Amino acid sequence: MPGSARSGRKTPGAGAPPPLTGTAAGAGETGAPTRTGHHNAPIRSPDRCNGPVTAPPDDCLARNEWICGAYLSTRRQVLFDAVVQHLQLTFLSVLIGLIIALPLAVLARRWRWVAGPVLAGTTILYTIPSLAMFSLLLPLYGLSAGLVVAGLVLYSLTLLVRNLLAGLRAVPEETRQAARGLGHGPVRLLLTVELPLALPAAMAGLRIATVSAVSLVTVGAIVGFGGLGNLIYSGMNTYFKAQVLTASVLCVLIAVAADLLLLGVQRLITPWARADRA
Amino acid sequence: MSTLAASWDWLTDPAHWPGEDGIRHRLLQHLVLTVVCLLLSCLIALPVALVLGHLGKGGALAVNISNVGRAVPTFAVLVLLLLTPVGRWGEGPTVVALVLFAVPPLLTNAYVGMREVDRGVVQAARGMGMTGRQLLFRVELPLSLPLLLNGVRIAAVQLVATATIAALAGGGGLGRIITAGFNLASTPMVVAGALLVAVFALLVEAAFEVAERLAPKWARGGR
Repeated sequence: MPGSARSGRKTPGAGAPPPLTGTAAGAGETGAPTRTGHHNAPIRSPDRCNGPVTAPPDDCLARNEWICGAYLSTRRQVLFDAVVQHLQLTFLSVLIGLIIALPLAVLARRWRWVAGPVLAGTTILYTIPSLAMFSLLLPLYGLSAGLVVAGLVLYSLTLLVRNLLAGLRAVPEETRQAARGLGHGPVRLLLTVELPLALPAAMAGLRIATVSAVSLVTVGAIVGFGGLGNLIYSGMNTYFKAQVLTASVLCVLIAVAADLLLLGVQRLITPWARADRA
Repeated sequence: MSTLAASWDWLTDPAHWPGEDGIRHRLLQHLVLTVVCLLLSCLIALPVALVLGHLGKGGALAVNISNVGRAVPTFAVLVLLLLTPVGRWGEGPTVVALVLFAVPPLLTNAYVGMREVDRGVVQAARGMGMTGRQLLFRVELPLSLPLLLNGVRIAAVQLVATATIAALAGGGGLGRIITAGFNLASTPMVVAGALLVAVFALLVEAAFEVAERLAPKWARGGR
């Protein structure tokens, strides 16, 4: 066992070798530690070699620069696939989290004794670090996208339940009584009064959950389903600076875009809150 | 169930405890990283937050820095640091990344705590002739302590999580057992490492919970 645990970081002696001797090398495994076993993050190298490469071309890829336009143009497809996977994983996990969180929050609001265990459970889930969470799910899901989604669902669930519950609890008692006085039954009260009033808090939770999920997807690279995280991981193993920086920036951009999108949705579906502020 | 049993066997195997890659060393590394980085980030964040909160300036920065911290992937920062010159000194990237991710919750909570001190109390203290310094240390700091300590708690949990991910980028700590398990295709080892990390994180959280219960009432915020 000793010695085998050394993954990731390379000895300084390996220097920072420019991973590319030609535009064909892609995210190849130049100087990467041999990875054994079932750790197979997909490393895609575009097979576009225009004949034998004699001398390394003097472009930003060969110089291994942080910012590299040639990287963007030659790896467009790889980047696109990674972004799509990133978006799919994020969307799926937040959606499932929302579907589970809603009934949990409503039940916890209705019955006080449910609230304690639900909140305690979500606190415990949220305390467990993401890498450990994914690893604990390994026996259940194996090396699959399902593992990443399941792990992220548990985190989104936590944030959503807490915010939904806070939103539902903030509905003023007088409002509920007024609705009852109008003859609203419990279901109608929930759907037409309580849930709409809890929307701002719920949307705040949804935004936090989505932004966190976008950032946590990258850790999924440990099982090969990390969206842009895969590119960061393979870029780390090959000291490919342009790839790591591009993927990181894209990741932050996705988070910001998702946040703004949800903010827009929130403005649209809660027009009364906007009127309040004006 | 057999995986759990195998993980338990892995954990209880005395051969896995000593040595450079042993559980004991990894546990100690994780603890040292967490404690040292928590102290470092407190030293950086708290004075800034207290001064900003006292002056009532930089509120947008102090509050938004938390949102920024959430949007930036820990893993990406670790790898970016690894590829910069910082990556050459041992645990450099890990320490820098840990501090970077622990500062936002500390800064935000301490700042909000300072601003939420009752303005009437502050004005009364001013009226009594307190100087700015006295006001800060005798009135505002004690009154903002509950939120400030809550920030320390959030930061500590965040540190444990970040220190785990650091293993992906070659840093030390308990996460290395998980990554080594993945490299060896050993599910029991992965699960054993994950259990250690989870228990460690929950113990940190529990320690803060206990400390909060034992603390004097004024430090708890009168809840």
